[in-house]
Amino acid sequence: MKILLIEDDREAADYLERALSETGHTVHVARDGDSGFTLADSGDYDVMVVDRMLPGRDGLSVVAGLRARGNETPVLILSALGEVDDRVTGLRAGGDDYLTKPYAFSELLARIEVLNRRAGAREVDTVYRVGDLELDRLSHSVKRAGQDIVLQPREFRLLEYLMRHAGQVVTRTMLLENVWDLHFDPQTNVIDVHVSRLRGKIEKGFDGPILHTVRGAGYVLKAG
Amino acid sequence: MRKLAAIMKTTAARLSALYLLLFGACAIVLVIYMTSVSVRMIAAQTREAVNEETLRLGRAYDRGGIPALVRLMEMQARQPGANLYLIADPNGRLLAGNVESLEPGVLDTRGWTSRPFAYERYGEAEPQGHATHTAMAQVIRLPNQMILLVGRDLGEPERLRRVVQRALILALGIMAFGAFLIWYFVGRAALRRIDSLSEASARIMGGDLAGRLPVTGAGDEFDRLSENLNAMLARISALNDGLKQVSDNIAHDLKTPLTRLRNRAEEALSKKSGTKGHREALEATIAESDQLIRTFNAILMISRLEAGYSAEATGEIDLATIVNDVCELYEPVAEESGVGLKSGINGTHVITGNRELVAQALSNIVDNAIKYSADHADQPEVLVMLARKEDEVQLTVSDNGPGIAPDDRQRATERFVRLETSRTQPGSGLGLSLARAVMTFHGGRLELTGEETGLAVSMVFPTNRVQS
Repeated sequence: MKILLIEDDREAADYLERALSETGHTVHVARDGDSGFTLADSGDYDVMVVDRMLPGRDGLSVVAGLRARGNETPVLILSALGEVDDRVTGLRAGGDDYLTKPYAFSELLARIEVLNRRAGAREVDTVYRVGDLELDRLSHSVKRAGQDIVLQPREFRLLEYLMRHAGQVVTRTMLLENVWDLHFDPQTNVIDVHVSRLRGKIEKGFDGPILHTVRGAGYVLKAG
Repeated sequence: MRKLAAIMKTTAARLSALYLLLFGACAIVLVIYMTSVSVRMIAAQTREAVNEETLRLGRAYDRGGIPALVRLMEMQARQPGANLYLIADPNGRLLAGNVESLEPGVLDTRGWTSRPFAYERYGEAEPQGHATHTAMAQVIRLPNQMILLVGRDLGEPERLRRVVQRALILALGIMAFGAFLIWYFVGRAALRRIDSLSEASARIMGGDLAGRLPVTGAGDEFDRLSENLNAMLARISALNDGLKQVSDNIAHDLKTPLTRLRNRAEEALSKKSGTKGHREALEATIAESDQLIRTFNAILMISRLEAGYSAEATGEIDLATIVNDVCELYEPVAEESGVGLKSGINGTHVITGNRELVAQALSNIVDNAIKYSADHADQPEVLVMLARKEDEVQLTVSDNGPGIAPDDRQRATERFVRLETSRTQPGSGLGLSLARAVMTFHGGRLELTGEETGLAVSMVFPTNRVQS
């Protein structure tokens, strides 16, 4: 994946550049808002990671400027700011996701990979398939190996999200945000229990595991 | 001169000057208008009187010719304040009447003289020499070519004009004096108050943070301003104290996990690389860092909530929906821990607030309740109740766990306070502090109650939130 990182803090930028490169991504780094805007405007990136507070032009104005020019590259905004409505203003400026510093790298990586529109299922697909697991978004039905599986509404949404991002690691916070629309870090293993319930329904009596736990990161749904 | 310039820089002086200018202009316009109207009216009256007199004289002439006319004229002329009368021959020689001399050319006109003219009366002893008077008159040619002039002295309108002028000057003088008084008493008094406020704020800026602005007790605008500014200062210093406490607490409570982190890394370093212990140490380090990040985020969250209310972040939210969502989220965990999680909701309760914050606070409380009741009760149970109580909405989470002693309840919501019984539990110890901050943000409060066993935590929302 080709990633543009706009971050003024040298140490943070170096670390992210190295860590993202090691996970197989191509990373370009801009150290301030203006050069970041120029790079983003000319380059063809899959995802941009933009720090909110930048010298010169601030992150939100870079994103808003790109959106105004019709640039639809997914943007993850990083922020050390702490206002209650920060996430709202960040998303309103055109960001696709918002992460507050300090964050765990596994969280950042998972969110970047999910933002990539060239991977995962498309929004327009009505049926998601992973291995022998099939989810129909219109009829709200789930089948594995042709066998109907009955899910609670929330379990359905959980599976739907996991299947849309099949093959990608999703974190607990991402699940809480996207499935429950709650934006905080759960203290206990609430999400784990929901996932293990779902796992019981889609794995018990079927061939092989399909919903895997990634240690220290989250979950990934993939066949085989 | 510089002093005057300084005075003119004050609002009071500027206002006084402006008022003076404005009222002065009004007075001048008014006086000019009134004068011109009265002068015109008096002129009209003069004309009428002269016309009447002329008619009378004309009738006398018709009856008895020149002699009758002269007789009547002589009679009228002797009365005090009499009109001007004059008969002249066609060459302009004065024959009879009470006029001794006239401005030349007056007798050549016909009808009304177009402008006032100067004249002298017979037998008037002029103390200052020959003071001339001005008059308006009607000039008529009699059938025998004699000239008859009937006129009236214009002394009266002239006098009026002078009186009005004097009144105008007097009024302007009084106004100037009034403006000065206004400036002196009102402006200067206000100025002194403002100066004292400026001085006090300069002192506070200079470092006397405990200082406050003077309140005289008069209850006027300045007192209100001072009171509001004082309240603002108090709020700022409370925030400041809070900040100081946070940094103290952070220093104190984060030192422990950071030291642990460091020790672990050091220990791992001393081992041979690639061993199993190495990997375990790294994983433990990551887990510990994640916990630290979580704690930091909670601290940040509390600080930003305490920083104040933001209307941007709030909207209409239904507490019933939030209760359902959170209960649904925690139901599997509760079931797994063997805790019965139940909710009781009476109707919908829409308030102004932030859904995510309320949900997070409620999650923290429910999380705690499940944890504590699971370990301490035979039949652990957590009940989430939502009900209206007078003009408040109470969202109460009660459990049958060990509870908190009444003395410790206040402390339990303070930052980083983890009562001894909870030391062994995972968590940052910020759950209740965060819930309390959320309630403060919503203009409500967090109440801790409970019977002998169990704890009831109530989030109390005002229904008529006054947005400040």
